[in-house]
Amino acid sequence: MEANRTHAVPASQQHAAPNPIASPAANSDKNSSGFIKTALRDYGMMLSLIAIMFFFQYMTDGTLLQPLNITNLILQNSYIVIMALGMLMVIVAGHIDLSVGSVVGFIGALAAVLIVNFHLNFILASIICLVAGAIIGAAQGYFVAFFKIPSFIVTLAGMLIFKGLTLALLEGQSVGPFPDTFQMLSSGFLPDPFGNADIRLLSLIIGIIAAAALVLSKLLQRIRHARHGIHAEPFYFFIAKNGAFAGIIIYFSFLLASYKGMPNVLAVMSVLIIAYTFITNRTVLGRRVYAVGGNEKAARLSGIKTARVSFATFVNMGMLAALAGLIFAARLNTATPKAGSGFELDVIAACFIGGASASGGVGKVMGAVIGAFIMGVMNNGMSIMGIGIDYQQVIKGLVLLAAVFIDVLNKNKAL
Amino acid sequence: MKTILEMRRIRKTFPGVVALDNVNLQVKSGEIHAIVGENGAGKSTLMKVLSGVYPHGSYSGEIEFEGKIREFRTIRDSEKTGIIIIHQELALVPLLSIAENIFLGNEPTSWGIVDWELAQRKTRELLKKVGLSESPETLITNLGVGKQQLIEIAKALCKDVKLLILDEPTASLNESDSDALLTLLLGLKQQGISSILISHKLNEISRVADTITILRDGTTVDSFDCRIEPISEDRIIENMVGREMADRYPRRTPEIGDTIFEVKDWRVFHPEHATREIIKGINFHAKKGEIIGIAGLMGSGRTELAMSIFGRSYGQRISGRVIKNGMDIDVSTISKAIHHGIAYVTEDRKSLGLLLEEDIQTNISLANLNGVSRHLVIDEGREYDVASDYRKKLKIRCSGIDQKVVNLSGGNQQKVVLAKWLFSKPDILILDEPSRGIDVGAKYEIYSIISDLASQNKCIIMISSEMPELLGMCDRIYVMNEGSFAAEFSKTDATQEKIMRAIVSHGEMPDQTNAHNAQTAQTAHHGEYYGS
Repeated sequence: MEANRTHAVPASQQHAAPNPIASPAANSDKNSSGFIKTALRDYGMMLSLIAIMFFFQYMTDGTLLQPLNITNLILQNSYIVIMALGMLMVIVAGHIDLSVGSVVGFIGALAAVLIVNFHLNFILASIICLVAGAIIGAAQGYFVAFFKIPSFIVTLAGMLIFKGLTLALLEGQSVGPFPDTFQMLSSGFLPDPFGNADIRLLSLIIGIIAAAALVLSKLLQRIRHARHGIHAEPFYFFIAKNGAFAGIIIYFSFLLASYKGMPNVLAVMSVLIIAYTFITNRTVLGRRVYAVGGNEKAARLSGIKTARVSFATFVNMGMLAALAGLIFAARLNTATPKAGSGFELDVIAACFIGGASASGGVGKVMGAVIGAFIMGVMNNGMSIMGIGIDYQQVIKGLVLLAAVFIDVLNKNKAL
Repeated sequence: MKTILEMRRIRKTFPGVVALDNVNLQVKSGEIHAIVGENGAGKSTLMKVLSGVYPHGSYSGEIEFEGKIREFRTIRDSEKTGIIIIHQELALVPLLSIAENIFLGNEPTSWGIVDWELAQRKTRELLKKVGLSESPETLITNLGVGKQQLIEIAKALCKDVKLLILDEPTASLNESDSDALLTLLLGLKQQGISSILISHKLNEISRVADTITILRDGTTVDSFDCRIEPISEDRIIENMVGREMADRYPRRTPEIGDTIFEVKDWRVFHPEHATREIIKGINFHAKKGEIIGIAGLMGSGRTELAMSIFGRSYGQRISGRVIKNGMDIDVSTISKAIHHGIAYVTEDRKSLGLLLEEDIQTNISLANLNGVSRHLVIDEGREYDVASDYRKKLKIRCSGIDQKVVNLSGGNQQKVVLAKWLFSKPDILILDEPSRGIDVGAKYEIYSIISDLASQNKCIIMISSEMPELLGMCDRIYVMNEGSFAAEFSKTDATQEKIMRAIVSHGEMPDQTNAHNAQTAQTAHHGEYYGS
């Protein structure tokens, strides 16, 4: 558009006309009600998870939060959570991966054939499986990233291919059981050196250390930010928030400790969640993934090799799907041709419930993890309540739709 | 002679910008009325007001058509009364047939079922009227641009047009196609259809126009009736550009150093059509502390030239040399170009320059993430400091550097893009339309930033469609036309008239290939930057 050029503009009058778009945002950031609104948006999903947990805790007469059930909840959802980490990166980069369920089945079958039929050492077999997963991811990512074939199509093809290969590999049979050592991956618990029968002290200690580490790292970050004058949340809010998180961690580790202790798979999962949170928030690679998903052309014109970034997210996804496949096979203690079918839907739903945007560029690791647990708690709670699998699906579908709908409403309001 | 259309005191504003002010236009029944003016003078905005793209109420002033005051709310409203606009970018569906396109949204039906036989028969009649002999079942994609343009006119005729508006219809046509189109316009005039013709090509205008209205800076400057006395091109040009050069540019004493940047025999082909040459052997050089300008019309290849130099982000079969400080440099990828100190600030900041949903600091660090990270881990504090620094230096007005850029005004968004490229520490900055879509105050700030950069010994290459801006800012100006440089002026002998002459006198296209190039250069704006 053309400006009105008839008047000269002296340097003293440089102030642009008051900008109607920018000013509301400016105000809302400064007053405290606006701040609480932002916080609600950021932590809304976590509050929903807590609300859902309270709901089922009440509806199931306290069964949900029993130590045994919490342990089961973690075991049942670990592979979904792990895949959600990879899927989040894929979705943030602007793609989708429909093949992960089939890859879970395929890798389980591969592990079974290697370990059960060929008696390969389980560590070696696991490494081979992880590499195979990475290669599968690379093969699909190759077409998506370098030939610009829509990921929906490439991974739909992958879904069919690996479903078929699973059947071929297992010759239509279930293969198992696995040796005990391999099962430890999924059904094992951290050992308890203290030998207390009532409570697994090590698990509780790890929980307390984790809570302390969280608070400490947040505090250090706050100090670092303050040194650069970065605008921070009010101190009371900081204390309340991190206190609550630490409390939740300690409470759950206490629950776990009073049963069999911390499952091995929770340890794996926690490490991965921390690693991926760090990668997405703090590393150059993470930033590039968001940039590519946010505006591929702008990212490319800023010197980012966008195809390589997309490719990397698929390789990563393949590897995490392979890990999930190993965990799932170890949990079932057998590889079946139907293993993993439909997992991709749960994983993708977890990311979207957790606030990822289907058009890319937006989404958080913690969001995806919470999304996965929302799905998991609902599955678990509804099963305990005795709701049939038929209506469970309907309700889950409605929750997915509602979560995304609220997200969209929120965003429109934010603009 | 009756007046068919009268627009009175039209004023249209956008946030912070007055696009049209006190525009008056009177079109007589059965005449061809040409509207001329520089890029951005408000021609297209005026036509959008007329055709209901900007609904009644979003502008002030009144429109009288066929004796009645009209208040169009949508394009459909204006089409119903017989005003039909044919836009610069053709609105045909390439994979549908001629008949399907002509009757798109207007299909002859009985009981909801399309009567294709009737449609085809009518299409054949319409095609005859516009001088085409194609079968109605031919797909649009198999026609050249010239014929597509005629199909658009046939489509308009099908809707019972009374006033036909053509927005730069011949910009992408070769001479014979242009000729056919103009002849058709004259034919329609015989049948009593009035038309408004927007064009840059003065030779065409003097051939067909009965009346010429000149727009400048969003107002009508003058209107001439050519039937009374023929008007000279000089007078038109004078009126198009004639304005006082006010103190709208920062004062600057250029300190020009050695030649730092040279491009030799640069040739680029269209990313999808390997035989279409878009840039035809361009040579230029630029010195330290110098601001050079590249003038030319949209579609003349300026953006394509810049982007092909910047890491081959446009085109294929690129040949030529890029020399910095006397040595050939490799600019075959964007990261190599950035590494060699070249920065390209895009003309389309929203779709090519910014991560709109991200905050200011994320955008600023994007082209130089290594500058804010250690061992591939981003140092948030450093990133914050860098962004705060640029916020202060460039006077980016925001609630905080964690504000999303989508919520910033155009001028502040442009400063964010500039900050991003300044942080990549360039020696050569290519600025493509740096002040487009920015209000007057912010323009001055952008100009000041550019001047400062030049005084810091950087070399600035500024592409602009606004001649006063080039004249006010640049030490040397190249005029680009049809993929090559048509003229070069130093600051002292450059005038708007000379530049405009270099652009319009080049208007006749010598052969077919050029026409294709112009077309492809245009389509290049629709996201085809990433060839091969």
